[in-house]
This record gives sequence, C-alpha cells and structure tokens, in this order.
Amino acid sequence: MSALLEVRGLCKRFGGLAANLDINFAIAPAEIIGLIGPNGAGKTTLFNCIAGFHRPSGGSIFFSGLDVTGAPPERMARLGVARTYQLVRTFSSMTVLENVTVATLLHNKRLSIARERAMQVLDFCGLSPRASEAAANLTVAEQRRLEVARALALQPKLLLLDEAMAGLTPAEVQQAVELVRRIRAGGVACLVVEHVMEGIMPIADQILVLDYGRKIAQGTPTQVRNDPAVIAAYLGES
Amino acid sequence: MSVEIVLQTLLSGLLIGLVYALVAVGLTMIFGVMDIVNFAHGEFLMFGMYASFWLFSLYKLDPLFTLPLTALLLFALGAAVYQTVVRRIIHASMLSQIFTTFGLMILFRGIAQFLWKPDFRSIDNSLVSGAVRLGALQFGLPQIVAGAGAILATALIWWFLDRTRLGVALEATAADREAAQLMGIPVQRMFTIAWGIAAACAGIAGGLLSTFYPVFPEVGANFILIAFVVVALGGFGSVTGAFLAGIIVGLVEVVGGFLIGPQLKLALVLLLYLLVVLLRPQGLLGRA
Amino acid sequence: MSRRVLLSIAVLAAASAAPWVVSNPSRQNFLILAMMTAQLAVAWNILGGYAGQVSFGHAAFYGLGAYTSSVLLIQFGLSPWIGILAGGVLAMLFALLIGWPCFKLKGHYFAIATIAVAEIVQVIFTNWRAVGGAVGLYLPLREEGLKAFVFHASKLPYYYIALGLLVLTLLVSQTIERSFLGHYFRAIKDEPEAARSLGVNLTRYKLVAIAASSFLTAAGGTLYAQKELFIDPGSVMATSLSVKIALASILGGVGSLFGPVIGAGILTGIEEVTRQFFGGSGRGTDLILYGMIILAVAVYYPHGVIGGFKAWSQRRAARARSGSTG
Repeated sequence: MSALLEVRGLCKRFGGLAANLDINFAIAPAEIIGLIGPNGAGKTTLFNCIAGFHRPSGGSIFFSGLDVTGAPPERMARLGVARTYQLVRTFSSMTVLENVTVATLLHNKRLSIARERAMQVLDFCGLSPRASEAAANLTVAEQRRLEVARALALQPKLLLLDEAMAGLTPAEVQQAVELVRRIRAGGVACLVVEHVMEGIMPIADQILVLDYGRKIAQGTPTQVRNDPAVIAAYLGES
Repeated sequence: MSVEIVLQTLLSGLLIGLVYALVAVGLTMIFGVMDIVNFAHGEFLMFGMYASFWLFSLYKLDPLFTLPLTALLLFALGAAVYQTVVRRIIHASMLSQIFTTFGLMILFRGIAQFLWKPDFRSIDNSLVSGAVRLGALQFGLPQIVAGAGAILATALIWWFLDRTRLGVALEATAADREAAQLMGIPVQRMFTIAWGIAAACAGIAGGLLSTFYPVFPEVGANFILIAFVVVALGGFGSVTGAFLAGIIVGLVEVVGGFLIGPQLKLALVLLLYLLVVLLRPQGLLGRA
Repeated sequence: MSRRVLLSIAVLAAASAAPWVVSNPSRQNFLILAMMTAQLAVAWNILGGYAGQVSFGHAAFYGLGAYTSSVLLIQFGLSPWIGILAGGVLAMLFALLIGWPCFKLKGHYFAIATIAVAEIVQVIFTNWRAVGGAVGLYLPLREEGLKAFVFHASKLPYYYIALGLLVLTLLVSQTIERSFLGHYFRAIKDEPEAARSLGVNLTRYKLVAIAASSFLTAAGGTLYAQKELFIDPGSVMATSLSVKIALASILGGVGSLFGPVIGAGILTGIEEVTRQFFGGSGRGTDLILYGMIILAVAVYYPHGVIGGFKAWSQRRAARARSGSTG
C-alpha cells in the first residue's frame, strides 16, 4: 500500500545547528505513529517541517504522492494535513463554535454550512455543550480538545498532534487516548509527538525515536521500549 | 560639482548623522531591553533642548557646560516616566504599548506648549557659535561640536554597556529577560535605568542641537521618524548598529537632499526605512 | 425584528431628525464633523479592529480620495459623485500596492511602515505643484446643489450626505463582519500562525481588509473636499489625522461595529469642549487633555468603551447569578 506521508533524508539546520539529520520514515493511511525522544531531540522541528512551518535544508517530504517539501502551511492544510500546537493557540476572541468554523470554512465559504459542519465536529469531540462559550474561558484540557476539533474540521488525512497530552490528569489522558482511537477509526492517520508515555504507547502502531536530530529507533511500542539505544538515550538525558 | 561642495555635503551629513546616532542609541536600547517602541523619544530630545535653552537664557550658563546637568535631568525624567506609566503596560498588547507612548508624546508636546508657548527659540552667541574654515570649506562650529559630542556620548554609552557591571546586567536583561531574572538581576531596576539612559541620550542630543537648531514644542517630530529609520537600519536593539546607521542616514539625508532637493529629504529617508524592513528586516547588526 | 435592529432604526430616525431640533449651524457642524470622523473610524476599524492590522497612515487614503476627486473636478469638470468613486478606486489600488509588501511586516515594523508611507505621500503632494503643492487646492464655487455636490445656503445637505456615508460604511462593515471574512479576520488578528495552518492565506485576506478600508476612507476624503472647498496636504494627509481616527476606534472599542462611532463622538466632543473652554490649540491644553485620554485608554481601558461596558454587564450578570443561587 502506498504511504500517505513519506519523509526521505530530511535535514533541517538552523545556522550551525543540525536539528534534524537524515530522517527517513513513512506513515500509512489511518496509522498512528508516535514520535518520542529526549528534549532537544528535534521532534518539534520535524513536526514543523511536515506541517510547513519550516523549510527543510535537505531531503524531501511526499504527501499522497505529491512533493510537498517546503510547502507553506496553507497548502498543507488544503492537501489534508492538520496540526495542533504545544502551547494552545485557540482564537481567544471567538467562541468554541467560531474557532472550529474557521477551519470548516476552508472547504465551503458559506457560513451557514460551515457552522453546521463545525457543530458536527464539536459533537464528535464531545464539545458541543460548550459551543457558544468563549474559547478563552475553557480549561487547558478543553482548549487542547478544541484545537483537535479545529484540526479535524479540516477533514485531514493526517493529523499532527504536538504534545497534546502534556499537563493532563490521568483521567483526561484516557479521554484523549479514546479520542485519538476514534479519529483513527474515522480513517485519519496521526503523527503524535509525546512525552506522556501512557498517552501514546497503548495506541501507536509504530514509534519513532529521535535523539540529537537523528532517528535512533523505529518499531512497535514493545520493540522500542526494549531497545537499548532508546533506553540509553533517555537515561543519558537525566 | 566641485570637490569642495562634495566634501562639505559629506561632512554635513556625517555631523548630523552622529547626532541622529545618539538619539537612536537611546531608542534602540529601550527596544532591546523591553521590546517597546517609544514614540515619545523625540520629546525627551525636546525637553533636553529646552533645558539647555532656559539654563542659557536665565542663568547665562553655556550649553556646553550644562550638558551634564541636562543629561541628569532627562535621566530623572526618563526613569520617572517608566515608573509612573510604562511599568503598567509591559505586559499589555502591542497596541496598548504603542498608544501609551503615543499618548506620552502628545502629552509632552502639550505641556511644552503650555509652559513655553509655541514660539521658536534659539540660542545665540553661545560659546560654540561661529564658523570654522578649512581651506575653501566652511563649517559651523556648533555642528562640529555636536558631532564630536555625539561621538563622545555614544562612546560613553558603549563603554558603560560593555565594561561596567551595570551595563552588562542591562545587556543580559535585553538578551534574555527570564534568564536575567533567574540570575538575580533586578529587572525592574534595569528597565528604569534603561529609560533613564535613553532619555539622557536624547536629552544630550537636544542640548547639542540647541546651539544651532531652533527650539519649539513640536521639534521632536522632526527627529522621531528619522530615529525610527536609524534604529531599523542599525537593527532593533543594537547600539553599535544605531551608531553606524545614524551616520548612514545622516549622509543619505544630506546627500540625497542635495541631489534631489531639500524638501524631499524626509521622503528619501523614509523610503530607506521601507527598503530596510522589507529587504533586510534585521538591519545591519540586529537580531534576526 | 430583533431588538438590535429596532434600536438601530430608532437611532437612525433620531439622527435624521436631529437637524430640526438642533438648529444652531455651528452645533449642526459639530454633528457633521462627528459623523465624518465616525465614518473614518468605522472604515479604519475594518483593517485595524477586525483584522488587527493597526495602521497609522490612513490619512494617505483620505488625502488620495480628496485629491483625486478634486483634481478630476478642477481639470476635467468631472462630477464629484463620480470623482468619489474614482478616488476610492485609486486609494484602493494604492493600498493594495503597498499592502502587498508591507503585510509581511509584523507589529511595530508594520505600524511604523504605515506612518512612513503616509508621510512619504504627504511629502510628495506637498512638493507636487501640479496639484497645488503646499499651497493646496481651491475647489470651484461655480455651481451649487446636489449635482455639483456643493451647498452654501445651508449646510444641511452635508449633514445628510455625511449620515448616509456613515450608514453605508456601517453596513459594509457589518456585512463583512458577518460573512466568512469576519471569521477569517478575527483569526488573523488572534493567532495568525494558527490561521495559516487552517488554510487561511494571511496576505490575501489582509489585502481584502485594506481594500475595503481604504476605499471607504477615500470616500470620506471626497466629502471633506466638497464641504470645505479647500484641501492641502496638511489638512488631509497629516499623520495627526491618522492617529485621530485610530484613536477614535480604540477609544470606542476596537473590533466592534459601533465602538468606533462612540469613540468618534467622544473625541469630537472633547475637541469641541477644549476649543470652547481653552480657546483652541494655541496653549496646548487640548494636547494635554488629548494625551491624557490616550494614556488612560491605553493603560486602563484598552478595550475601549464597548469593552468596558461588556465587562461591566458580565460582572453584573455574574453577581445576579450568584445572588440568585447563593
């Protein structure tokens, strides 16, 4: 089966610092890939390269067979790649519904239709009771979920989640895991950057481990958990 | 176009550019330390000019000797402005910050107009009045002294920032506020000092200018836009950059004015600003 | 009909009837000035309030509108009613031209760039003798009446034209705000990077905002020209005018429909009061008052009158809720 996302030999340098070096991997449709690694490993940089916020210094990125290396975020959104942010960036002057409507407007500029579709997404994410609340009044966990809803509203084929579970209580982490499962069941692939292991190990099909900008391991969660290189990288961090 | 005229124009541009540099150093310092663009910076210059003027008119003290006093007065004013007003908007939106310094600008102009009327004043027969001849070239002594004074003041600021503990602490606060705080640097005090020094720079520039430039409440308007151009060209936050950029802008202004007419000087300088921020946003030496 | 619509109609009716109640010509002139300022503030708000791109150079559009219609009238006898459209289009094209590179700039850089552009325009017009240069342009007094867009005997027609232009500008603003553009503008204002990741092309929509804003601002310029029958760079292109209309919007409440109108009303009122009690701008007292108002709003009431009102009514509702349950 042809891959949904293919990253080949990706490099990203900032001045003299190589944040990503020779990264190779692929994501199949409706697959959940976890991206882990110690702090400073280059996870966010890789994430931003795929999302279109950084232009890679070398290598290439293919999405649905198209070369999207260096494509801007707007184009990635139209092609079906959606992302969330580590520090939530919900639109603070708008309501929950309006936040998601901004996303649904991409595919249909008629406001009434866009709103309807946004409500459906809010339903899916369990946020419809809060639809007319100001986004700024939501708790952090709720705002994270709103960001996921907003990203889903783009009808993406690939969802990029950036540390969406940081700071959540164990119960909230379970809710988030459930949501990711349902997203995958809807046919959406997910690339999940995470530190919260309970949030990613149970659901990931594959785990990618980065350290010092390079991929040091890739495999199922069990394989990766027992990989000596991975253990060394995490022990070395403390 | 003779060699003499070219040299005369170049030196004029250099001299006024040095004064621009001194004005911009203060402006860029505030931006570097706290990310605020002070639209009222020209009014510090204006108050410096008035301080110099009144000390001369009322007490017959020559501007050259009252410069340190002017600097001190303006330092106090700058620090006071920070403590009373600016401190409250450090965390406010950029729009609030812009409007706060805008409001200060208008308030200060109003105060000056109220206290001293909109009339143009000038200092005649100060110690540095007169001209200097160099062969066929003639230069105003006040302008030369102003240029020299600007170099001296800028050098002092540079030495302060680079060689004194307080100055280094200031630079640290500019580079990384949180880290500086964690290292025990009293950030509020740094901000106050930055505003004081910035105002003093503008005040000294005003004092130097008062020997040959007319003094009136709106005079700040003539310098604030140029100061922005210098800061942008030099790189927001870079003192050395402001110094080099000041000279460049001074040259562009005078040479450009000579080539295409003095009325279009300002347009030329502002065009330079647009070119810099669109083509090289970090300026000469600014942070990218 | 909703309460809002009824209220709007009531206000419009009152505004239309006002000249019959307020018969003093100078008071009528005050109302005209207030409405003209309000119209400019509402137009500015489309770009600065909704889309969050704060411009301190809108006087350039105002002046371009005034000069375009006036020059076309003087040189070619073109009716100001067509000239107003021509001015709007010219200002809009200019806005798109400078907006395209300048919208790359963020924050302070953009704000200063708007000042720079407007000042350059003013310098050019001050030195452009073909359009009057620093001396300015006098508009011809040959005819009077609606067709000529000149009224002498009574200033009343200007009142209704100003009111009409204000209502038109409000309608455009409201239509934009309620369309998908409203959502996109607010997204661009709140979190531009997040908007990008939702497929929003920032530059394209900022250009839409500045196009509408500049066109309407320029129309206001033509109205000014036809009313005063004299324009010069100092009166229609000054940065102080740009600051005033931005301030009116912020004072009333940026990003709301009627905020700019309220702010313009307050500002014009203050100007009038300072003129009567402190005798004009000779002594600087108006500047002092102006400056203090700006400071008060910027430091304590950044959300303006509307924002303050909303906060107050929210607090009242919260107290009522806790009062009824507690």
